[in-house]
Amino acid sequence: MKVYDSVADALACVQSDQTIMVGGFGLIGAPLTLIDGLIEQDANGLTIISNNLGEKGEGLGLLLQQKKVRKAIGSYFTSNRDVGDAYQAGELEIQLLPQGTLAESIRAGGAGIGGYYTKTAVGTDLAKGKETKMINGIEYVFEEALRADVALIRAHKADTLGNVVYYKTARNFNPLMATAADHVIVEVDEIVEVGQLSAEEIVTPHLFVDGLVVAKKVLTKGGIVNHDKQREYTNVNR
Amino acid sequence: MTNNGNIQTLIAERAAKELTERSIVNLGIGIPTLVAKYIDSDLVQFHTENGLLGVTDIDEEHIDPNLVNAGKLPVGQAMGASFFNSADSFGMIRGGHVDVAILGVLQVDAQGRIANWAVPGKNIIGVGGAMDLLVGAKKVIVTTTHTSKDGKSKLLQECTYPITSTRSVDIIITELAVFHVKNKTLHLVELMPGVTLEQVTQHTEATFVNDLEGSFVS
Repeated sequence: MKVYDSVADALACVQSDQTIMVGGFGLIGAPLTLIDGLIEQDANGLTIISNNLGEKGEGLGLLLQQKKVRKAIGSYFTSNRDVGDAYQAGELEIQLLPQGTLAESIRAGGAGIGGYYTKTAVGTDLAKGKETKMINGIEYVFEEALRADVALIRAHKADTLGNVVYYKTARNFNPLMATAADHVIVEVDEIVEVGQLSAEEIVTPHLFVDGLVVAKKVLTKGGIVNHDKQREYTNVNR
Repeated sequence: MTNNGNIQTLIAERAAKELTERSIVNLGIGIPTLVAKYIDSDLVQFHTENGLLGVTDIDEEHIDPNLVNAGKLPVGQAMGASFFNSADSFGMIRGGHVDVAILGVLQVDAQGRIANWAVPGKNIIGVGGAMDLLVGAKKVIVTTTHTSKDGKSKLLQECTYPITSTRSVDIIITELAVFHVKNKTLHLVELMPGVTLEQVTQHTEATFVNDLEGSFVS
């Protein structure tokens, strides 16, 4: 576990053609500072596993505009019209999964499970070509687990060991993705000393976390803003 | 019923009347979100797929950008609310722990099956939690305008868009009427205020059984 001062250093592990999990539900709980780092970086041909591809021109939406995304695996791409445009133009491959299947596949990937049977999507276009099985009279479809090379996570606080807590509905996919990648980088509002987070409140234990950065871009009521003040505060306390 | 806003309000208010028992309710995007406004009961607790049980309204002053519903709109948290990750949230949905789901649709067929996640050739590529809610929620209520913007019936003999589930919904509420789905058949059970049976028939492409009080079953 390493605390990075530089976002670029934290993202040095990201290579072209890799699969990257990115937390968030739209921009909520998305690691906006790390996404910004990806935009600055050269890696392209990426497969992004995320519920959405950000919003038009925001968050992962910017990475899409840069044409660095080869494939998107997620549940809802309707709100960012650029995704549909790129798909129709043949510039982007899409793997659409029901949101519960996306979440469960990531959970399985992080838990050493190769796949599982779910009732969701049976008999629909999203189950086409997938194995089905009757279990106790109910039809299920087989879904494979998902894993990634790198996971980019947004959390609220971390201690210097890498234990992580989340904030309200910014939690969403983040704790799941933090378990399902070879290399996990977490962006937080604040890094605190070990012992300042109670053992009861820790959601992601430190064994899942490889790197920490402090958020420089945060979501506010008025949209995404640069937020260096928090960084100074954290440096003083580190 | 002069504009779209009034129609949405009318449908949401009527849907709220279905929520009379102690229940966990999941609201979809659009008209379903409005339903919460017309619930004055402590019996109903709202669940949102992005990880919150105990959703409430929020006033402008207290908006938190990281506290939102499935439509990414700001919400509040009730006393006794809890946050959880997306896998737990969908475990609740798929596992049969959510009592009622209220969903919007693009189309409904004569068996009460819905299409609401894709329009081939258009930029509507988003299933979100709809397929999970249809397999998991004990009861599914559809709230929708009766016709699309171009005046075509949304209640069709067969959906032309891909279906969301093989499961039929339970209740369909539009600005014209309320239908119950029994044995994969639509039953007209109520006309909305000022609406005639002729208007419903004219705007409904799907075959349905007339179960209005005082009517003979057709």
